[in-house]
Amino acid sequence: MLKTMQKNGVILGTFAVLATTLIIIAQLLTADRIEAQQRQELMRTLNTLIPATLHDNDLYSDCVLLQRPDILGLAEQPVYRARIEGVPSALAIRTTAPDGYSGQIHMLVALTPQGVVKGVRVLQHRETPGLGDKIEVERHPWILSFDGQRMRSENDARWTVRRDGGMFDQFTGATITPRAVVNAVARTTWFAQSEMDALFSAPSNCLGDPEQWFEDQS
Amino acid sequence: MSSEYQTLTKNGLWENNPALVQLLGLCPLLAVTGTVTNALGLGIATMLVLIGSNVTVSLVRNFVPKEIRIPVFVIVIATFVTLVELLMNAFTYGLYMALGIFIPLIVTNCAIIGRAEAYASKNPWPQAAFDGFMMGLGFACVLVALGAMRELLGQGTLFDGAEMLLGEWARELRIQIVQFDYPLLLAILPPGAFIGMGFLIAGKNWLDGRRLQKAQQSPVVKAQRARVTTVN
Repeated sequence: MLKTMQKNGVILGTFAVLATTLIIIAQLLTADRIEAQQRQELMRTLNTLIPATLHDNDLYSDCVLLQRPDILGLAEQPVYRARIEGVPSALAIRTTAPDGYSGQIHMLVALTPQGVVKGVRVLQHRETPGLGDKIEVERHPWILSFDGQRMRSENDARWTVRRDGGMFDQFTGATITPRAVVNAVARTTWFAQSEMDALFSAPSNCLGDPEQWFEDQS
Repeated sequence: MSSEYQTLTKNGLWENNPALVQLLGLCPLLAVTGTVTNALGLGIATMLVLIGSNVTVSLVRNFVPKEIRIPVFVIVIATFVTLVELLMNAFTYGLYMALGIFIPLIVTNCAIIGRAEAYASKNPWPQAAFDGFMMGLGFACVLVALGAMRELLGQGTLFDGAEMLLGEWARELRIQIVQFDYPLLLAILPPGAFIGMGFLIAGKNWLDGRRLQKAQQSPVVKAQRARVTTVN
């Protein structure tokens, strides 16, 4: 009896060790590629918001992690700075609306150094298909209505959906999603407007090796 | 030997189809079939896991004592799911994002452990691999059929987002069949999955019933059975 138990234990243990080894190997083999994919996805969005003509630095590595969960929704969110010959030309902040209809909505907000919104894109969300997912630019131009706007005060009344008396449309049948997006973008924009100089002057502290990034491109 | 493979094919695709007859793995099936692309992606992932786990379980069936076979199956299946997840994350990133939580949930697809227990643990590996392939194919076909129904009704398209699975060239595959002002949202939402699945099962049962009826009628037509064919 004891012997059977020992034997079974050894067999189970062997399987666990083999399985773990296999997964570790696969993880090591795919890690670089997965990171490159995530970077590429972010770069694609970054590049549409901040075109190549607006920067000569490497956007991905000129980046600071901000610890402002009250404004940006997550414990740490990166801001990417664009510069031409060292002069600030634009920045893009990753921000999260915590109060979407189905959880968090992750976004990228690009602004000029004067604090005017250059563009907003949704990176990831779980909103209702056909209703809330109109926040994706591929499905509806709604998200473009932020372009060229700026906050006049911290509680700028125009920065709400129409139903709440603001200037942004809601969708028929879906108010919660646009409301969450507008609020998050408003918070982020006001934060950027009031801390613009600090955002540009903070030293880069994000991971990301530009050389590796260029290798991945080829 | 060949008749064994024929039986396996028939079972996997129709007679004992994991989704339509065994009704296993319905959670991912209902959740991801909003579009053909998602359905195909999860179908292929499930098939790969099924083949891998069937082969492994079959190869180790003589070393694993009966008492600990279930934990071993679970380890094997979880390993393959993790491998598939890592590969999808690396090579089909868009689809990986779209399928999200449902890739790890393949572990909980009872169709896989069901095949390990019912078939792979008692048969040599080539048959087990074939069984995994056919069961996976049967499952994938139902996923794709349901995905096509829902995508067509909900979006009016087919193969939307195929480039996430197959690469950039597949962008061309997208077909706009109908243009809705207000698409049938119900089809995309979970109730649409249940209703669509109900129709698929009903359709299969109807076809089976008709075939059975024909088979009963054709050899000897007994006068007593007239009731069956009476139509007013």
